[in-house]
Amino acid sequence: MISVQNVTKRYGETVGVQDVTFEVGEGEILGFLGPNGAGKTTTMRVITGYHPPTSGTVTVAGYDIVTQSHEAKRHLGYLPEHPPLYVDMTVAEYLGFVAALKEVPRKERKSQIDEIVDMLNLGPVYKRLIRNISKGYRQRVGLAQALVGRPPVLILDEPTVGLDPKQIHEVREVIKSLGGRHTVILSSHILPEVSMVCQRIAIINKGRIVAVDRPEALSSSMRGNKRIIATIEGDPARVQEAISRLDGVLSVTADESSAAQGGAVVARYEIEASGAKDIRRELFFAMAGIESPILDLRSVEMSLEDVFLQLTTEEDNGDEAGPAGGGSEAGDPGAGGPGASVEEVTQGA
Amino acid sequence: MRKVGVVYRRELASYFRSPIAYVVIAAFMALSGYFFSIALFATRLAEMSYTFANLSVVVLFIAPILTLKALVDERRSGTDELLLTSPISVPAIVVGKFLAAVTIYAVMLLVSGVFPLILSYLGDPDYGPIFSGYLGILLLGSALIAAGIFASSLTQDTMIAGMVGFVMMFGLWSFSWLSAALPGRWGEIAEKLALIDRFDVFLRGVIDTVDIVFYLSYIFVFLFLAVRIVDKRRWS
Repeated sequence: MISVQNVTKRYGETVGVQDVTFEVGEGEILGFLGPNGAGKTTTMRVITGYHPPTSGTVTVAGYDIVTQSHEAKRHLGYLPEHPPLYVDMTVAEYLGFVAALKEVPRKERKSQIDEIVDMLNLGPVYKRLIRNISKGYRQRVGLAQALVGRPPVLILDEPTVGLDPKQIHEVREVIKSLGGRHTVILSSHILPEVSMVCQRIAIINKGRIVAVDRPEALSSSMRGNKRIIATIEGDPARVQEAISRLDGVLSVTADESSAAQGGAVVARYEIEASGAKDIRRELFFAMAGIESPILDLRSVEMSLEDVFLQLTTEEDNGDEAGPAGGGSEAGDPGAGGPGASVEEVTQGA
Repeated sequence: MRKVGVVYRRELASYFRSPIAYVVIAAFMALSGYFFSIALFATRLAEMSYTFANLSVVVLFIAPILTLKALVDERRSGTDELLLTSPISVPAIVVGKFLAAVTIYAVMLLVSGVFPLILSYLGDPDYGPIFSGYLGILLLGSALIAAGIFASSLTQDTMIAGMVGFVMMFGLWSFSWLSAALPGRWGEIAEKLALIDRFDVFLRGVIDTVDIVFYLSYIFVFLFLAVRIVDKRRWS
């Protein structure tokens, strides 16, 4: 549905994005993830035809965004970073204007707008001036605008910014429900949001795509090494030594300060093992051998956040505050959001 | 260009949603009424050439005010992202905005149609020059408005758009003054380009296609430039 091929966008001397290539299939929701200033907005502006690419091609629904821009734009709904609202209009007038702009047949306008207004709960502000409505409502009017004309392709730049947790939840549900019928690209710096809503994720950093894959695949393929967290009773020094003697173990760290439990010492160990080797069975027998019972044993996938941080920082570490800033920012709103994702749970452990 | 109407209607409504249209129309009526009365009492003639001559100056101040927000506001509010990613061409956007401003201007002229009515009540005016005068002032104003639209494509600041527009309009308006200072050919060219000289022809009651084409060319050139500026910004 959307095909981006070798797209480079330069603003004078500065490079916005470089050699970006990816595709989004019909009905798919692709998450666009990256630190601030990584090129998310630029890429979206290129796809929507707002800023045509310096080189490379973009096709939307089979139409080239530059040479067949009119047809391409007919298949496109776009929510920019700042919702493009005319504050001197009422919500009703505004959506009517957008419907005319998007070539919605006159007869269908009313029913279509009503449907969108229902879906996004805009009823209470429908007759009010956009100038006088809250930021949360404005953001949703912006989303409504993108949905007018039922475009098969939706480009949403940070659709949940400025919403309260309840609204974030609602909007995510709306976007999820759009998948299947619409092809969606959604940018965000909130990791749980992306992993919750999107089927695939593209991670972008410094104007380049560094990875495109399903969230689970990103986590597991990122590092060949496995991580295991085990809580084991027994003398930490002996336990640690026994573990490190196991085949394939790269490192062992006694994670938490040992706690006494009925006289015995209990500690948590983080074990890193190489490659595809599953050392859990051997670990069990080794611990049985030294009579140190395993109380808890878990293998840990890298959280999306780890993947994100690794991908966006590994090239040149500590080069600038950008990636790190993006990372920490990503954590906070996620924690506040409703419904913790799998990644969050494992990360919290 | 099919969707000129969509932009046009939104733009026209937006003039009337803010006090701008009302204030500008009122200011225009006050000034033109003032000049009309002065001319009428001073000359006691049932004609409008003095009024039109004065209006041609008033237009110079009205046009930048009508256009200073045209394209500036779209960029400031981010609504250009909606327009430029919708199936509508840049010329349609620019022309829609131009026509909306011209419509406001035409409404002013329409309201000033009360002047000929007064004249016909008081005396027996020659309607020929009055009609051609109206056509002339409409064309002159439209050309200035086109220049103002161009000015508003250049910047993201309404004040700057207004000032640039005004300076540009004043320059074009008074090009013929320059012709006296410039030698030979250049002087001639400056005179030919001046907006106001052609207007004098209309005041004499003469409607010449050449003069109409002259103003239409001005409009075309400025709208074309505005489209180019908007387009170029997208590519750079």
